Amino acid sequence: MAEEMNGKPYVRPITSEWIFRHPRYLRYMTREFSCLFIGGYTLLLIAGLKSLSEGRAAYDAFLEALKSPASIVFQVVALAFAAYHSVTWFALTPKALPLQLGEEFVSDGAISGAHYVVWAVLSLGIWVLAGAF
Amino acid sequence: MESVQSDVAIVGAGGAGLRAAIALAQSDPKLRIALISKVYPMRSHTCAAEGGAAGVIKPDDSLEHHFNDTVGGGDWLCDQDAVDYLVQEAPKELIQLEHWGCPWSREPDGSVAVRPFGGMKKQRTWFAADKSGFHILHTLFQTSLQFASIERFDEYYVTELLVHEGRCAGVVAIEMRSGQMRRFDARALIIAGGGAGRMFPFTTNGAIKTGDGMALAYRAGVALKDMEFVQYHPTGLPSTGTLLTEACRGEGGVLLNKNGRRFLQDYGMGPETPLGKPVFKTMELGPRDRVSQAFWQEQKKGNMMPTQWGDAMLLDMRHLGEKTINERLPLVRDMSISYMGVDPVTDPVPVRPVVHYMMGGIDTDTRAATRLPGLFAAGECACVSINGANRLGSNSLTELLVFGRRAALSALEYVKAGAAPVNEGARAALATAAQGRLRELMQRSGSGETVAGLRKEMMQTMEQNAGIYRTSEGLTEACAKLSELRRRYARIELHDKTNVYNTDLLQALELGSMLDCAEAVTQSALARQESRGAHQRLDFTARDDVKFLRHSLALYAQNEPPRIDYRDVVITRSQPGVRDYSGGGGK
Amino acid sequence: MGERQVELEVLRYNPETDREPHFQRYSVACREEWVVLDALNHVKETLDPTLSYRWSCHMAVCGSCGMMVNGEPKLACKTFLRNYHGVIRVEPLRHFPIERDLVTVIDDFVAKLTRVKPYLIPKEPKSVEAGEYRQTPAQLKRYKQFTLCINCMLCYAACPEYGLIPDYLGPAALSLAHRYNQDSRDGGRGERQEELASKEGVWECSFVGACSEVCPEHVDPAAAIQQVKIRSTLDWYQEHLMPWLKK
Ligand SMILES: Cc1cc2nc3c(=O)[nH]c(=O)nc-3n(C[C@H](O)[C@H](O)[C@H](O)COP(=O)(O)OP(=O)(O)OC[C@H]3O[C@@H](n4cnc5c(N)ncnc54)[C@H](O)[C@@H]3O)c2cc1C
Repeated sequence: MAEEMNGKPYVRPITSEWIFRHPRYLRYMTREFSCLFIGGYTLLLIAGLKSLSEGRAAYDAFLEALKSPASIVFQVVALAFAAYHSVTWFALTPKALPLQLGEEFVSDGAISGAHYVVWAVLSLGIWVLAGAF
Repeated sequence: MESVQSDVAIVGAGGAGLRAAIALAQSDPKLRIALISKVYPMRSHTCAAEGGAAGVIKPDDSLEHHFNDTVGGGDWLCDQDAVDYLVQEAPKELIQLEHWGCPWSREPDGSVAVRPFGGMKKQRTWFAADKSGFHILHTLFQTSLQFASIERFDEYYVTELLVHEGRCAGVVAIEMRSGQMRRFDARALIIAGGGAGRMFPFTTNGAIKTGDGMALAYRAGVALKDMEFVQYHPTGLPSTGTLLTEACRGEGGVLLNKNGRRFLQDYGMGPETPLGKPVFKTMELGPRDRVSQAFWQEQKKGNMMPTQWGDAMLLDMRHLGEKTINERLPLVRDMSISYMGVDPVTDPVPVRPVVHYMMGGIDTDTRAATRLPGLFAAGECACVSINGANRLGSNSLTELLVFGRRAALSALEYVKAGAAPVNEGARAALATAAQGRLRELMQRSGSGETVAGLRKEMMQTMEQNAGIYRTSEGLTEACAKLSELRRRYARIELHDKTNVYNTDLLQALELGSMLDCAEAVTQSALARQESRGAHQRLDFTARDDVKFLRHSLALYAQNEPPRIDYRDVVITRSQPGVRDYSGGGGK
Repeated sequence: MGERQVELEVLRYNPETDREPHFQRYSVACREEWVVLDALNHVKETLDPTLSYRWSCHMAVCGSCGMMVNGEPKLACKTFLRNYHGVIRVEPLRHFPIERDLVTVIDDFVAKLTRVKPYLIPKEPKSVEAGEYRQTPAQLKRYKQFTLCINCMLCYAACPEYGLIPDYLGPAALSLAHRYNQDSRDGGRGERQEELASKEGVWECSFVGACSEVCPEHVDPAAAIQQVKIRSTLDWYQEHLMPWLKK
């Protein structure tokens, strides 16, 4: 008998199985995982800056490299992850930045909506600066 | 056996127990306080209270009004000196809670809001939406966390008082996580063990409300007072017994029979008041005993709606509108949808009377002291008595606070007066004997009597014979049945003989408490040959002030039924009169 | 509404007889409108009196009956059988040691709750005779949601951070601290900040958001934690970049 009992509270081991227990955990891991691509893209931009500082030829080579199929695949995937990352964070903004006007809180939609508006305006500004129009 | 030393031990960490603990800790930081509870404090049933707590605060109200409402509501069985103390301390206690952070609902100007309640002449029920008890309990619990001198013993089940030479010297308890017994030595003891509604099958009371506190004192020789007065709340969900607070009616909800008639006007609570404009002490704001009795009468006439859970009336709140319901009664809406599948915004909710509250309990005086030196009691387990024959809704939460604190101050006085402690040998002997009894119960076998079996028979007996209306035959039968059940209980057998968190054992002990309380209820009810408040006899339909303007006292007699004794009610200035709930805001 | 035979698979563990937990199957005749707790009570009354679990109010306010139902943290008293098909698997709340069967050891939570000082530390002390503090409905609404925590600990069972880093204060304790920080009567934020902004405090949270999804009272602890993070960040900037603002 004595060997068969534990005698104290049982502590269950933590395994990585939790990620698959509910879609919310997968969504969360995807959001975290998306950082890698956003980080990767940032490195890419730095590499671009570096090549720019090294003169015309280096910069042209960099631009040429961007057109390679591998690079295009990477950029599309990075864009998708960046969009996912932004959307999931914007969806969470009402929690972090609640705004109370009088008695009522501003609706969640309005707060995340405002973030989308700011996002759009900033993007537009960058395009204008970059001479897109 | 390990022992824990304290100056004051408290059994129960609900509203009353926590209030007492805080009062002790504040009065004297050096005091050692042991707060013992069979559940974590925030699980105590105070959390279930919805409607609110009464205390005079608005300029158009007065202590005298609160006094008169309470005494009349209690059908003059209240002790009036106790009621005076209650109404006078009530506002202070409620403000104190406010200072501790209780999120009371507010008026636009920032002052606390109050709502009307049944049997109250003015708006004086403080509320935190419809989770008032929850907020009171958590405010008290969280406040108590700042006092290092309050040592908590969560999930310890108290089994017996230590009584030696006519004095209370502590308790013994089972540490539930180990199954080990502990002795708690205390110079004074406060019991705040809550109610006993679980002896009935259909009740708003949670699983923990098994009358343990009452039984502890009763077995130690303290009388249980006015036990025959069991309150039925008119509006419980027929499926589960879950309460829909009286605040539903305070906010303007109305009660309909199956023909859509507001039938209370036919039972002396009319004339009908305009929809959505409740009038104090009239119609749906009548007292609980009257409303529950009217339901019973209508049911006899076949005017109630049959449902799969038995007959029901309809609680109609549709005219309040979604906004008011969401703001003031969110829990009511949530529970109606969850447990009945009915949304009060769009449909009337079926409800029926449900066992709710014990007016009776451990006999205490206005100092919250019992007749056993060193033993104090407060909360629903005690009977001071401010509730008399019928408690007014929202007076109980107030009572917890006022008399929880009072018990603490009295216990402190008692400790300071310095009675010599009971000697170690006597304590140890008492504790060992208690342990022996428990061991015998654990090891007993062969009878086949089970907790679930006996409990079911007890509940059926209580429901059939000790309900809203009672008769001599029914009560006689119930008394006989309960004696039998108590005899059989003495042979009860556990399936689970292990130590750690043994709920089979705990439920057996709880059943023992309930059987003792149930017998006190039926014996007191049989002896009270009159109808008063929540105790209505079909064979003695009138109130009899000559014979029964007295408290009943049930005295424990081991294996025999209790002896019933009486004590005069304390009347200071309100002579028994007619309870008038027929309009005009109540006179 | 009729009856239905429900297959329950319950995790059993008794430290006095078992080395580790195991599942036990019960076949229970249940009414259609029952919740998981009703089914467990039925098991205890008719099939197996040795089954242990906590429960009391049966109205989702006492917070006793949190358990995992098919892998999700739930209050057994508010989890309707009608929403489940097939075998229903009931386990004790994740991330807590199992004391026995469905009963967990929650000492850790209680200790953490105590640490964050979840009580009003008045901004301006006031005597009872001076009456109540004024608090407008808007000021009440600012923190009301965070008062609704019933300490059921479903959020701890849902939070992977708590599972991985047991020292983390966790969602309920943090949101109760935030509840007092947000109260117009309170002046104790500075005192609480030591715990909240510590290593085991809000910065352990990586905003999974599971706590808020499983909260039966819609407290939204994730929101509370992010708000504390923002306030802590502002504190830091104020202290390091604008020291002159400090009194
Ligand atoms: C659904 C509902 C709604 C209500 N609404 C209102 C309302 O709106 N207004 C109002 O005024 N009143 C209301 N009441 C009544 C009121 O809530 C109760 O009377 C009151 O909360 C009882 O508080 P208490 O402190 O006496 O006991 P409880 O809160 O029940 O606490 C009892 C304590 O005793 C402990 N205990 C019991 N036995 C033992 C033992 N053997 N060993 C160790 N510890 C033990 C328990 O662990 C617990 O901590 C309501 C009641 C119910 C059921």
